[in-house]
Amino acid sequence: MSARGRVLAVNAGIAIVRGEKGEVTVAAPPGWRAGDLVDDLAVVRAYDAGDYPEPSTEVARLPRPRIDALHARAKALAAVRAFFAAREFVEVETPLLVPSPGLEIHLDAVSAGDGYLITSPEYQMKRLLAGGFERIYQVCKCFRAGERGPHHASEFTMIEWYRAYAELDTIIEDTEALVHAVVRAVSGISQVRLGARTIDVTPPWPRTSVRDALKKWAGIDLKGDESAADLVAKVRAVGIAVADDTAWDDAFFAAFLAKVDPAIAALDHPLILEDWPAPLAALARKKPTDPSVALRFEAYIGGIELANAFGELTDPVEQRARFESDQRIRRERGRDVYPIDEKLIAALVEGLPPSAGIALGFDRLVMLATGAATIDQVLTFTAAEL
Amino acid sequence: MYDTSDIRKGLKVLMDGNPWTVIEFQFVKPGKGAAFTRTVFKNLLNGKTKEMNIRSGEKLEPANVDQRDMQFLYKEAGDLVLMDQTNYEQVSVSAEMVGKAADLMKDNLPCTVLFFNERAIDVALPTFVFLEVTASEPGVRGDTSGNVQKPATVETGAEVMVPLFIRVGDTIKIDTRTHEYVERVNKQ
Repeated sequence: MSARGRVLAVNAGIAIVRGEKGEVTVAAPPGWRAGDLVDDLAVVRAYDAGDYPEPSTEVARLPRPRIDALHARAKALAAVRAFFAAREFVEVETPLLVPSPGLEIHLDAVSAGDGYLITSPEYQMKRLLAGGFERIYQVCKCFRAGERGPHHASEFTMIEWYRAYAELDTIIEDTEALVHAVVRAVSGISQVRLGARTIDVTPPWPRTSVRDALKKWAGIDLKGDESAADLVAKVRAVGIAVADDTAWDDAFFAAFLAKVDPAIAALDHPLILEDWPAPLAALARKKPTDPSVALRFEAYIGGIELANAFGELTDPVEQRARFESDQRIRRERGRDVYPIDEKLIAALVEGLPPSAGIALGFDRLVMLATGAATIDQVLTFTAAEL
Repeated sequence: MYDTSDIRKGLKVLMDGNPWTVIEFQFVKPGKGAAFTRTVFKNLLNGKTKEMNIRSGEKLEPANVDQRDMQFLYKEAGDLVLMDQTNYEQVSVSAEMVGKAADLMKDNLPCTVLFFNERAIDVALPTFVFLEVTASEPGVRGDTSGNVQKPATVETGAEVMVPLFIRVGDTIKIDTRTHEYVERVNKQ
């Protein structure tokens, strides 16, 4: 067998040579060393130790499944762009380095230079909505300090899109159609395979309110406006241990993680979980017909929390009050307190049209489309590999 | 003190006065909720396991646990006697700690002994031991289809199921976790 390319490794008389047509394994003539450029059996240029470390197969070679996943990822990205182009969305690129990252209580930003890397592009995208754009989307990197797990990487890729003058239902339809289109583009079928399970992502997807989910899977009657102490009592009553001084949101998530999350993960269909209780409204406005809940939904497929959407809060007074409350809670809990984005508030004052928007984890979408069990399997390099 | 970013397999922590080791952990974070590390601990004294969600920011107390490389000397009335070769200190532990693998222990076998507050609480054997077969019936010819095995006795007195081609005098590799034959080893 002829070999033309660079020798990646020589071991026990066998050489791995990377050339134009991929890697070949050949019997190594005497004298071949890693790094040599070879043509058939002749060394064209011997590896010169000079300025570079010796090549290492551990660094240079990507496992086959990773290469396949990266090809699938590129297909998925092309499908995302085609999807939004067909719906006449404008693709935008807002800055990643900002003075005010999100103030969400449970997110920590990565600082960079004089500012921070975004945890989500939402503030700048909303300013674009206020500036007159009606349908915008973005695919960008976001950064969240300290998040590392099977579904989490500190640096990850987000798809965000917004529609002015639209309701949350339209965003649900977008989400269902986008996921379906990407899964089909990658795998050719409408089902995702997760381990031994097959889940059909063909729209429409079933919807459940958070209140019904808590009732059905945790046996908890959630009001949304009960005190933290009342919720702690309800959570304990179903056998989940929580401390006396647990905050409302922590008590909620204790129950959610123990009972609801595993039940949703076991479903054989996607789920839209909607009508989140008002204390978990984040940047969503209250539902006009039921102010105890917010216009917010999350999309789940096979144990993956894929997306979070809001009927966007457009009231600058309410927005400032929530930011100040977030700042106060962050201070109380000893977390970094980021400045309020005054330009976002100013944009709301000037007028953000009624809008709805969503953030969807692109890496997680690729995981679903390829059946990957961890986010690491769909990244070029994990932080640990750098 | 440890925090959640220190959690990894094998981390030893003190909870309710007991030493626990982490056997599994996973970062969990709902989009708008607090981050947890869902952690499975094993009690080093009784082997019981429990799962806990540890919130980011919570602290864990390190357990006063240390590991020492020791050598197995002999068995005595249901106890194993081991020696620390650095200071010739001897320690005696119940053979129950190693379970069925006790009968695979040969003199001078290197082991790792786990101490909690200076008390030996666990003995870890090497994954594989190499033992000579001292007794085994010859395999019956023709009876070689599939995974046919026969009992063999090894030098420590333990009985292990082996393939039919194993003979008295062969040295075999045995997995101490499963008490199962792995392969025949050529003598050097």
